[in-house]
Amino acid sequence: MSSARTAAPAGPLAPHAQRRRRVAFFLGASLCLVLAAVAGVSIGSTSIHWQSVLRILAAEILPAWVFSPEASSEVERVIVLQIRLPRVIVGGLAGAALAVAGAQLQGVFRNPLAESSVIGASQGAALGAVIAFVTHLAARSALWIPLCAFTGAFGALFLVYLISSRGGRTPVATLLLAGIALGAFLSAAASLLISLSFVDWQVAAEIVFWMMGGLDNRTWTHVWISLPFVAVGVVASLWLARDLDLLLLGEETSASLGVQVERVKAVVLWTAAVLTGAAVAVSGVVGFAGLVVPHAIRLVLGPAHRVLLPASAISGACFLMICDLLARTVRDSGEVRLGIVTAAFGAPFFLYLLRSRRKEVGGI
Amino acid sequence: MNLSLKEAGIRVDGRWLVRDVSLDLSPGRVQAVVGPNGAGKSTVLRLLAGLWKPTSGSVEMDGVQLPTMRRRAVARRVAFVPQDTHVGFAFRVREIVAMGRHPHVGRFESPGRHDSAAVDSAMDRADVRHLADRLASQLSGGERQRVLIARCLATEADFLLLDEPTANLDIDHALDTFRLLKALAAEGKAVAVALHDLNAVVRWADRVTVLNAGRLEASGPVVDVLSDHLLRAVFNVGVERLLAAAEGTALVFHPLDSAS
Repeated sequence: MSSARTAAPAGPLAPHAQRRRRVAFFLGASLCLVLAAVAGVSIGSTSIHWQSVLRILAAEILPAWVFSPEASSEVERVIVLQIRLPRVIVGGLAGAALAVAGAQLQGVFRNPLAESSVIGASQGAALGAVIAFVTHLAARSALWIPLCAFTGAFGALFLVYLISSRGGRTPVATLLLAGIALGAFLSAAASLLISLSFVDWQVAAEIVFWMMGGLDNRTWTHVWISLPFVAVGVVASLWLARDLDLLLLGEETSASLGVQVERVKAVVLWTAAVLTGAAVAVSGVVGFAGLVVPHAIRLVLGPAHRVLLPASAISGACFLMICDLLARTVRDSGEVRLGIVTAAFGAPFFLYLLRSRRKEVGGI
Repeated sequence: MNLSLKEAGIRVDGRWLVRDVSLDLSPGRVQAVVGPNGAGKSTVLRLLAGLWKPTSGSVEMDGVQLPTMRRRAVARRVAFVPQDTHVGFAFRVREIVAMGRHPHVGRFESPGRHDSAAVDSAMDRADVRHLADRLASQLSGGERQRVLIARCLATEADFLLLDEPTANLDIDHALDTFRLLKALAAEGKAVAVALHDLNAVVRWADRVTVLNAGRLEASGPVVDVLSDHLLRAVFNVGVERLLAAAEGTALVFHPLDSAS
């Protein structure tokens, strides 16, 4: 049997080495998150020194008797607190939401290619937002786009469930096919609305830009809109972490080990819709984050969800903050849309991981 | 301690998969379930595991209707090893076996000392301890099958239901598996196995239930049930019995048309 031990030096790690790797990962990822946030706030069209950023933040958060700095310039204060900080936080929330939704769906569908679009939720959210634009509701209040996006995400999942459930059971294969078909239909509907809206060039341009994702002009309102939903979604996903592990073994096996399969599936899918709705509502359509982040984490830390989900949340937040930073700095004049950066930056990174760690992908 | 089907039947899309099947699992016995392909062997095991609800009749554990019990409560008492051994993502063997403790560990509890002891002992008994840190996706079919048996043992359930547990195993590990099942029965577990290998049934099972096209054909002690007449009627084969001194009787089958 010693040959079996020596036969696989590449993939397996002894449990203690695995634990060490996990601890190192979480420390590193948290540090990255802080650095990305500070960089995101300090870098931009007006550059602000990172020490000033920290000073402004400290003055805002800490009580005066702990920390009372010399007054910083009011312009810098406004840029940091009212413009860049909400933008960075919204990016972090959206990234965490998309990554966690992707990780969960990949578990339920036992398929590493799953993400929010396979249940039609992101297309539904996009259609909702497009409707808000073409009906000019978006121009009236910033709340309309998020509201319509949420309605779209939930409506889409509701329809997918309605189509694929039979006798209290919802087979994942049917769910997947129904989700992809309905997603295509909703995308077509959104495209139709966009093409019809071209009579008003301004609105059409706004929609097309929004469809490419972006965090421009995000305010604290957007933070407060998405924060509760992202928080609820992430907590709900952690609640089901162990059930998701078992679902990877197949529905029958997990049921025989005590998992209430249909209930877990329903909670996971609705959680994914909440997270997707929250992300799309505040960042537009940002592709690839939900796919690449959990997959990359799984290559590094393994498939156990109690590790995968929080790691995906932190890394997703980090990923989107960095992408947004690139989106607004690579060009001197104007921003590149966020969705373009996530794909352009994420895909090569993902392909690199796939090549360099191929042995550990094993059964995927 | 008893798990039984009472005239149970299940109908899916208007078709009866099994009908009027009665079966009784008691501690200390290895119960084989045999029958031609599509006879309903796996269905009977799923009914016993509480995975499917009977359309007619009932499934009872110690006098309680199984469908009224909580899923986790059933899972603590009844362990099931399905035929499909596919493992999707790259879990390690120890993680897979530890999933057998799922019904015992609360949602936000971590597995305790007793849980890891149960996992270790299950891996020892199924001879997979040396594979503990390997990725399940890189194992051979036979190794994977033994990992699933280890997971089933880790549940410490009273009733063990196994669907074709030796289908992927070489003869050495198949014999080990049967010896293990026999030993578990001797320790007081109730074991039910769906099998195709009738010689294995003769050698290892205490009782056998024969299914044919979803109906109960015969049930009872192996020597009484597996008559030449029944084998001819159900499996459409002729049979000769060889007396192998150490191992008891061995059956040799031949197609009916060549026999006549």
